[in-house]
Amino acid sequence: METLFSAALGLLVAAGVYLTLRPRLFSVLLGLTLLSYAVNLFLLASGGLLAGRVPLTDQPPPWPDPLPQALILTAIVISFGMTAFLIVLALRAVAEKGHDHVEGREEEGGR
Amino acid sequence: MNLLLVAPLLVPLAGGVLALLVRRPAAERAVGVGSALALLAVAVALFTVALEQGYATSQMGEWPVPYGITLVLDRLAATMLLVTAVLAVAVTLNSLGGADTRGRHFHALVQFQLLGVNGAFLTGDLFNLFVFFEVLLIASYALLMHGARPERTVATVHVMVLNLLGSTLFLVAVGCIYSAAGSLNLADLAERAAALPADREGLWRAGAWLLVVVFALKAALLPLGFWLPSAYAAADGTVAALFAILTKVGVVAILRTGTLLFGDVGLEPVVLALAIATLALGAIGMMAARRLAQLAAYAVVLSVGTLLIAVGLSTQASVAAAVYYLMQGTVATAGLFLIAERVGLLRGASADRLVPAGEIRGRLALPLAFLVTAIAIAGLPPFGGFIAKIALLDAAADAGRAAWVFPVVLLTTLAAIVALARAGSLLFWKSASGVGRDEPPGRVAGATAAGLGIGTLVLAASPLVFYAGAAMDHAHATAAQLLDPAAYVRAVHAGDPTREEP
Repeated sequence: METLFSAALGLLVAAGVYLTLRPRLFSVLLGLTLLSYAVNLFLLASGGLLAGRVPLTDQPPPWPDPLPQALILTAIVISFGMTAFLIVLALRAVAEKGHDHVEGREEEGGR
Repeated sequence: MNLLLVAPLLVPLAGGVLALLVRRPAAERAVGVGSALALLAVAVALFTVALEQGYATSQMGEWPVPYGITLVLDRLAATMLLVTAVLAVAVTLNSLGGADTRGRHFHALVQFQLLGVNGAFLTGDLFNLFVFFEVLLIASYALLMHGARPERTVATVHVMVLNLLGSTLFLVAVGCIYSAAGSLNLADLAERAAALPADREGLWRAGAWLLVVVFALKAALLPLGFWLPSAYAAADGTVAALFAILTKVGVVAILRTGTLLFGDVGLEPVVLALAIATLALGAIGMMAARRLAQLAAYAVVLSVGTLLIAVGLSTQASVAAAVYYLMQGTVATAGLFLIAERVGLLRGASADRLVPAGEIRGRLALPLAFLVTAIAIAGLPPFGGFIAKIALLDAAADAGRAAWVFPVVLLTTLAAIVALARAGSLLFWKSASGVGRDEPPGRVAGATAAGLGIGTLVLAASPLVFYAGAAMDHAHATAAQLLDPAAYVRAVHAGDPTREEP
């Protein structure tokens, strides 16, 4: 499971970083979203990976760590709010400039 | 549970919500000013608590120590709360001249920003630090857009994307540190860091470095600081003045985690080298600036560089210099932003661009305020900047880093003097000789508000000059407290309601 998990994480981060470095705000937005998914998974792993177990019950140990899940919940809410704000901001930039290039200007010959 | 410690969070929260609820602009202003003044009263009260007791802690809901939400007040936090409150009062008063009506919900956003800043200074928990960072960031994005102009949209997008990446890295750092040490409470982490198993050492170090990268991004340390000048120069002057505290949040976070948790990680030499580069960039930027607001933005970079040199030297004397400089540098750069805004309004079409233009008629107070602020920023006697720089150079000599720190600090001081003198003579002297290209507006409203705002800052900085000895003693005591992490841990445990033995 660890191998699969870390491979998925690496793929998400790679895709996220690539998209964030693109010149269009739309791709940047998608990239940031992918990165926030990746980081949530990473937080989940930071408490140790344990399949099929439930925390905070009278099951015998080993128990999975419940704290990372609380952290992830907070992180999801925050990144949701930030993404919403960034989308509105990007729409405003498009309305003002007519395009969504991150530098605020179209380059010549640029796509 | 010490409720006074929650007041710096509750006052701006209540103020922000109220400011959103009231409909009339006059009522909104009253809420903004009232809340800022209440915050100042709370900050003064907490400052006296910190002076008397050294530490005050609070466990929310009386949970035992590593579990609940911990708030810790020490001398550094109390000092920063006081600086923030002073800035809040100055900015709010200054905005009454009309800056708050250029966009919507100015006062509410300022209050939410203050909530985040105060929380970041008080929190005793790494994850809550993240949350408070996000609170102050989202308020700062909205404030950056205040009085929307097209260049502000692009600047805000850039700042926002960068900070979202920063937040992502922060979470990765939190994950690393949690899996290395199994806790996020700062006091608990400080204890666990000492007894870390050898196989967790790498994760711990990775987390530490990532955290410093994130804080360096917030503090605008080179090479992560290029976003700052364009963003701050694009922002409304009143907003930029408030933002003067934001970089300091990053610096304080580096100082706090560096002294408490990462003493063995070896961050200091890297921070020192980058800080020297940052200082040089700030001075070059000040020389190259074409607008007074741009110059002020590079002055922020300059002050961050100076501060982090002091942090990077990491001796008690240098940290004391940093604490002293935190107090005076924040206030001085904020003042320069307010002055830039006022100058821009008074000169009409040529705004705050550093070109000769029409005379700024019949005003002595504004040039005088500029003179005082410029001297404070450049670090000439008799103001606080000079005292801080002397203390810094002294500390550098004692730490054996004089060969690196002396030339850079002295040369950048010279560059800052040249840049500020040039700006001052262009704005206030050449203007007077009548080389004007545009007719300045006859009367500009908001003189009283601007006077009150800038006056508050000058008044607040004056104790640093007139009671420099006492202020320096306080800075030394703060540094001594910071460099004694064991006392921090003891203080947090002493505030634990479930603790058995005394």
